[in-house]
Amino acid sequence: MTALVLVEHDGGALKDATLPAVTAATKLGGDVHLLVAGEGVGAVAEAAAKIAGVAKVLVADGAPYVHQLPEAVAPLVVGLMGDFDAFVAPATSRGKNVAPRVAALLDVMQLSEILSVEGPDSFTRPIYAGNAIATVQSTDAKKVITVRGTAFEKAATEGGSAEIAAVAAGEEAATARFVSAEVSKSERPELTGAKIVVSGGRALQNGENFSSLIEPLADKLGAAVGASRAAVDAGYVPNDYQVGQTGKIVAPEVYIAIGISGAIQHLAGMKDSKVIVAINKDEDAPIFQVADVGLVGDLFKVVPELTEKL
Amino acid sequence: MKLLVPVKRVLDYNVKPRVKADGTGVDLANVKMSMNPFDEIAVEEAIRLKEKGAATEIVVVSVGPAKAQETLRTALAMGADRAILVQTDDEVEPLGVAKILKAIADEEQPGLVILGKQAIDDDSNQTGQMLAALTGWGQGTFASKVEIDGDTATVTREVDGGAETVALTLPAIVTTDLRLNEPRYASLPNIMKAKSKPLANKTPGDLGVDVTPRLKTLKVVEPSKRQAGVKVADVDELVGKLKTLGVVA
Ligand SMILES: Cc1cc2nc3c(=O)[nH]c(=O)nc-3n(C[C@H](O)[C@H](O)[C@H](O)COP(=O)(O)OP(=O)(O)OC[C@H]3O[C@@H](n4cnc5c(N)ncnc54)[C@H](O)[C@@H]3O)c2cc1C
Ligand SMILES: Cc1cc2nc3c(=O)[nH]c(=O)nc-3n(C[C@H](O)[C@H](O)[C@H](O)COP(=O)(O)OP(=O)(O)OC[C@H]3O[C@@H](n4cnc5c(N)ncnc54)[C@H](O)[C@@H]3O)c2cc1C
Repeated sequence: MTALVLVEHDGGALKDATLPAVTAATKLGGDVHLLVAGEGVGAVAEAAAKIAGVAKVLVADGAPYVHQLPEAVAPLVVGLMGDFDAFVAPATSRGKNVAPRVAALLDVMQLSEILSVEGPDSFTRPIYAGNAIATVQSTDAKKVITVRGTAFEKAATEGGSAEIAAVAAGEEAATARFVSAEVSKSERPELTGAKIVVSGGRALQNGENFSSLIEPLADKLGAAVGASRAAVDAGYVPNDYQVGQTGKIVAPEVYIAIGISGAIQHLAGMKDSKVIVAINKDEDAPIFQVADVGLVGDLFKVVPELTEKL
Repeated sequence: MKLLVPVKRVLDYNVKPRVKADGTGVDLANVKMSMNPFDEIAVEEAIRLKEKGAATEIVVVSVGPAKAQETLRTALAMGADRAILVQTDDEVEPLGVAKILKAIADEEQPGLVILGKQAIDDDSNQTGQMLAALTGWGQGTFASKVEIDGDTATVTREVDGGAETVALTLPAIVTTDLRLNEPRYASLPNIMKAKSKPLANKTPGDLGVDVTPRLKTLKVVEPSKRQAGVKVADVDELVGKLKTLGVVA
C-alpha cells in the first residue's frame, strides 16, 4: 500500500493544507510519497522532503504545470498511479478541481472531504452540510481521496529526510489556458489555518463598517477575518472570506460571529471550532444554539467597546 | 451552440435534514424537494447566454426517479427548451452520473455543459470535473463569470486565495459558484408553457452505461451536537469570559 499525496503550493512555498493530507495518507497504513507539480518548485520540493513520515518526493517541474491546471496535472497523476494504491489531495479549491478528474480517468469513485480513516477502505465524510456523517466503503482497487483539513492533525514540517526524484513533465493542457489571477493580499493569518477567526455578517450593512468594526477587532486578537455568504454577496468583502458549506471550512480555537444569524450553511463551515462566541441583537438567533458564549446586543455599540477593552 | 445543463433534485435547502433512526441515510419521505441551488444558477446562466445570442438551445437533463420530472419542468419554466430524464430509482454516484452525461453529450454535441459546483445533499463536488475527464474537455469550475467569444469560454473562478481566470476551448465544462448570477423565478405563464415543452425519457441502460455503485454506505449518523453555552450580560463580562478561556491575556 503506497499513497501519493498532492502537495499544495503557490509556486514559491509549500502550503499548510498539505500537512493534514499527509496525516490522513499515513493512516492508510503504507508508505507516503508526495507529488510536487509546478515550475521552478525546487524549494517546495525541499520543504516537502522534510515533512515527517514522507518516504519520497516526486517532482514534476516544467512549464505545463506553472499554473497547475487540472487539464495538465490530472494526466500526470494518472501516469504515475501505476505505482500507487491511493491518490490523496487536500480539499482545497485546487485539490477539488483536480482529484475528480483523476478519479474519472482511473474509473474510480472519489471519496470527498474525508473526516477520518476507519479502515483500509472505509472512511467517514460529511453530507448535507455536515448535518449527517456517512461511513462509506470503497470497492475500487485504487482510492482517490480529498481530505478535510480541519479533521486531521498537521504532519510535522521537520524531521523527515525523504529522497527527491524528478519525474518527466508531460504535455501542456490543450483545452485550457491560464489568463490571470487576482490574489487577495492580507497581512492577517490565513482563514483556514488561523487560531482565532472574527467573522461578520449581513448586519454590518456595508464594506466600510466591515473595515472599521470587524478588522480592528481581528487585528487586536491577531485573528483572521471571515464572513457569511450574505456579507460576501453584498460585496462587503471578497469571495475568499466566505465561511460555510460552500465556502471555507474552519475550526479555529475561537470563532467570533458578529451579526451572523447562524444558517445551517454557515454553521457547516465553523461548528467544529473549539469555542464559538456570538454577538447578535436577536436573542433567538440560531447562532446562539451553538455558541459557547453569547452576547445579545447591537454590534455597532458592542464591537467598538470590545475592541477597546481587550 | 447548444447548452447542456444537468439539474439534480435535492432536499430543499431550507429544510433541516434528519438522519433516519436506522442509520441508513437521511429521511427524504414527505419533505420538500427542490432543484439544487447551484443548478438553478446553471440554468439561469444558460438562459442569459441564450438571451445574449451566444447560444441557440438549452437542453436540461436529470438523473433520478420519476419525480425528477418536476425539477426538469422547473428548468423548462425558467426558460430551458427541452428536457431529458434519465430515469432510475437506484443510487447513482457522481462517476455514474458523469458517464450518463458523457453519453448524452455524445448524442447532443453541446458547445458547453454548465453544472452546479456541488449538490447540497451529497456535497461531492465531483460530477463536472469527472465529465470533463471523460470528454477530455477543459474545465472552468467554481465560476463567478462566464464569457463566450467565438470558440472560447473565458471563465473567472472563485479559488482559495481570490480569483483566477482561465480560457477554455469549446466544447468545455463549467461549474457554477454562488455569485455567478441570481436565478429568476418562473412566471405563471411560463410554468403553463413549460408543460408542453418536450421531455424525453431514457434509462441508463438505453445509454449503455453501467451505474453500479463503487461506494457502499455503511451507516449515516448525526454529528455530535454542540451544547448552547452561556449568555453574558455585557462587554465586560464577555471580556472576562474570553480571559478565562485564555483567548486574551
Ligand atoms: C446553496 C447555498 C449555499 C450557501 N452557502 C453558504 C455558505 O457557505 N456560507 C454562509 O455563510 N451562508 C451560505 N448560504 C446562505 C445562508 O443560507 C444564509 O443566507 C447566510 O448565511 C446569512 O448570512 P447572515 O447570517 O450574515 O445574514 P442574516 O441571516 O440576514 O443574519 C443577520 C443577523 O444579524 C443580526 N443583526 C442585525 N443587525 C444587528 C446589529 N446591529 N447588531 C447585532 N446583530 C445584528 C440579525 O439579528 C441576524 O441574526 C448558502 C445558501 C444556499 C442556498
Ligand atoms: C434515486 C436516488 C437515490 C439516491 N439515494 C442516495 C442515498 O440514500 N444516499 C447517498 O449517499 N446517495 C444517494 N444517491 C446518490 C447521490 O445522489 C449521488 O451521489 C449523486 O447523484 C451525485 O452526488 P452529488 O450530487 O453530491 O455530486 P456533485 O458532484 O456534488 O454534483 C455536482 C453537479 O452535478 C450535476 N448532477 C449531480 N447529480 C445529478 C443528477 N442525478 N442528475 C443531473 N445532474 C446531476 C448537477 O449539475 C450538480 O450540481 C441517490 C441517487 C438517486 C438517483
